[in-house]
Amino acid sequence: MLTSFGIINYLSAQSGPWWKVFYDFTSLTKNIDASLHNTMSPFWTTVTELVIVGVLFILFYAVIGLFLVYAERKVCAFIQNRLGPNRIGPYGIFQTVADLIKLLFKELIPIKNADHFLFNLAPYIVIIVNFMVLAAIPYALGVHAIDLNIGIFYVIAVSSMSVIGVLLAGWSSNSKYSLLGAMRSGAQIVSYELSVGLALATVVVLAGSMQLSVIVEGQRTGWFIFKGHIPAVIAFVIYIIAGTAETNRGPFDLAEAESELTAGYHTEYSGIKFAFFYLAEFINMFIVASIAATIFFGGWMPLHFGANNGFNRIMDFIPPVIWFFGKTFFLIWIIMLFKWTFPRLRIDQLLTLEWKYLLPINIVNLLVMAFIVLMGWHF
Amino acid sequence: MEEKVKDTGTEEKQDYIINIGPQHPSTHGVMRLVVSLQGETVKYVEPHLGYIHRGIEKMCESLTYPQIIHLTDRMDYLSAHINNEVFCLAVEKALEIDIPDRVKVIRTLMSELTRIQSHELFWASYGMDLGGQTCFFYGLRDREMVLDIFEETTGGRMLVSYNCPGGVMYDLHPNFQKRVKEFLTHFRKVLPEYDEILTNNVIFHERTVGIGPLLREEAISYGITGPSGRASGFSCDVRKHEPYSAYDRVKFNEVLYTEGDAFHRYLARVEEMRESMNIIDQLIDNIPEGPYAVKMKPVIRLPEGEYYQRVETPRGELGVFIISDGNKTPYRVHFRTPNFANLSVLNHLVKGFKIADLISIFGSLDYVIPDIDR
Repeated sequence: MLTSFGIINYLSAQSGPWWKVFYDFTSLTKNIDASLHNTMSPFWTTVTELVIVGVLFILFYAVIGLFLVYAERKVCAFIQNRLGPNRIGPYGIFQTVADLIKLLFKELIPIKNADHFLFNLAPYIVIIVNFMVLAAIPYALGVHAIDLNIGIFYVIAVSSMSVIGVLLAGWSSNSKYSLLGAMRSGAQIVSYELSVGLALATVVVLAGSMQLSVIVEGQRTGWFIFKGHIPAVIAFVIYIIAGTAETNRGPFDLAEAESELTAGYHTEYSGIKFAFFYLAEFINMFIVASIAATIFFGGWMPLHFGANNGFNRIMDFIPPVIWFFGKTFFLIWIIMLFKWTFPRLRIDQLLTLEWKYLLPINIVNLLVMAFIVLMGWHF
Repeated sequence: MEEKVKDTGTEEKQDYIINIGPQHPSTHGVMRLVVSLQGETVKYVEPHLGYIHRGIEKMCESLTYPQIIHLTDRMDYLSAHINNEVFCLAVEKALEIDIPDRVKVIRTLMSELTRIQSHELFWASYGMDLGGQTCFFYGLRDREMVLDIFEETTGGRMLVSYNCPGGVMYDLHPNFQKRVKEFLTHFRKVLPEYDEILTNNVIFHERTVGIGPLLREEAISYGITGPSGRASGFSCDVRKHEPYSAYDRVKFNEVLYTEGDAFHRYLARVEEMRESMNIIDQLIDNIPEGPYAVKMKPVIRLPEGEYYQRVETPRGELGVFIISDGNKTPYRVHFRTPNFANLSVLNHLVKGFKIADLISIFGSLDYVIPDIDR
């Protein structure tokens, strides 16, 4: 109610047409904040704002999750010469909703001899970690829940916590398949975390800041993948590979490895707890893609070359929200193509790829980038 | 874990033992592998059989010869036609019947189509075992065309039961030649696609080259036949060495490799699909006119004695051994099935490899579980 109050206030105060809000959310959020301050004490304002943001994020999480599951099935069907979901709703768009309802009503099978506390805790850890990362991503101008000055550092630190959930799930299930899957996942995520971190650090060197809003703003005169030319492209390729590995998706889905470990660490989970893991995987993919979009492709920043020319102004007509989600979903599409094209790696090959190839290349790349920035050879 | 130790008897208590199967995505049937692990490394594998044992050999003793043919379908369901054929050939050999040329050519054509569809399913499921799920759909898409050809002529898609002693059940469908040619044109186009997505994939190479190598001597001593044996350099193609049906009048190469690893077992099958297409090419336009079956007596009685016939199925050498006491039912029937012999080498191959390699090796040997248990 209060929010709608704020929105109405804001809209009536606006001089331009209502859709102007999509270009800049800053004044909208400021308006809501101001109207809340008018009606209640600062403490309750903060509480209300937290609740509003929380609810919005839960909604956003669910919508993105459902959409990605649907998108994955359609992309996979497209590659595999199939139709994919096409029965429920036009083009099967409500298929995932139906699946979700099914999963909600399914029985949660209690596992004998499992460590029940940890078993139940594990899916929530994975989900909570997801939320914590989602909060730090700038979705559009002014749509940014927390803008930490160590934004990238925070994202890396928090997202590596999801391995705890996976390990707990595998350990507490008291199943041998699960344990093997969890151990693989542990080795995998911990290793690839390094590459993700170093690839992002390469761009941090170029941007000169860890704050995500500053990084996005720094790309007003050109995205970093163009500005940083060769080292940035190498960093992007490494990031996409390592990011795919970090989300436990094919060809790096060893933790699940259907043909080896049936379902890996979540073999013993059923119903909505399984759905949490399933959803977390998709949201992880979204996170990886959105971070890549933010760091390398300018986040919500439209495609700009140089400063203040006609081309930039034409690009500015497309709202930042569309830029952000367009880039993110394009990268998600690429990650999906990986999964449906490549066979799976073996665990030792996976670790070899990381420690013997990606990591050395990454370190050299970081030095090259530092040198380039030092010499001012970037655009 | 305690129970498992008692169950299998041989392993030490410290071993980390997991059961792959009886219900498991990569065993392609109800097969149980008791795998002892050291970390991810396989110490040994013990296959447990019998989950789909139906006593086919025993059932044969109470059925007449034409009836048995329908049981042979159910052994190796992917090479149903060839299983039928071996039994018919054995019966015809015993009765010393001359088979019309048309029947021989039809049987050869059908056998090669069966081989193609079986190898296609192998290709599809091997890709899926290694995590490339798209392969499965590509393989099944093209296999469907062969099954349609079968359906048109025989009425069955997988378990065709097309042979009968003395010939085949029905004549070829008028569309047969046209459809087969259509399929060949299509398949020649998609085979390079198969190579692109799997054979030339670098991850696929990593996963298969040098994995589970089998020496020629080992292949011979374990009795590994079919593409798995030929990948190790064991020349064991029955079609070449002991031609039956129309194989003596076609030219084809026996696909032989010397490496004997999972990749070459895979490659041997892909190459065999090409050879099969060559065989079909040579025969499809030269199907002789004539009767499609010899008129047989209503009740077939084999003269007293022992008869053996072997053929080449997509998975290796299938032999049938019939002892007849002159009745309308055989005294004893034994099938020498390729999968059972090929399974014996599994433990030898996977020792020291990773658990993911176990799946890769298991897949590359292309087991059909009902054929092992019979």
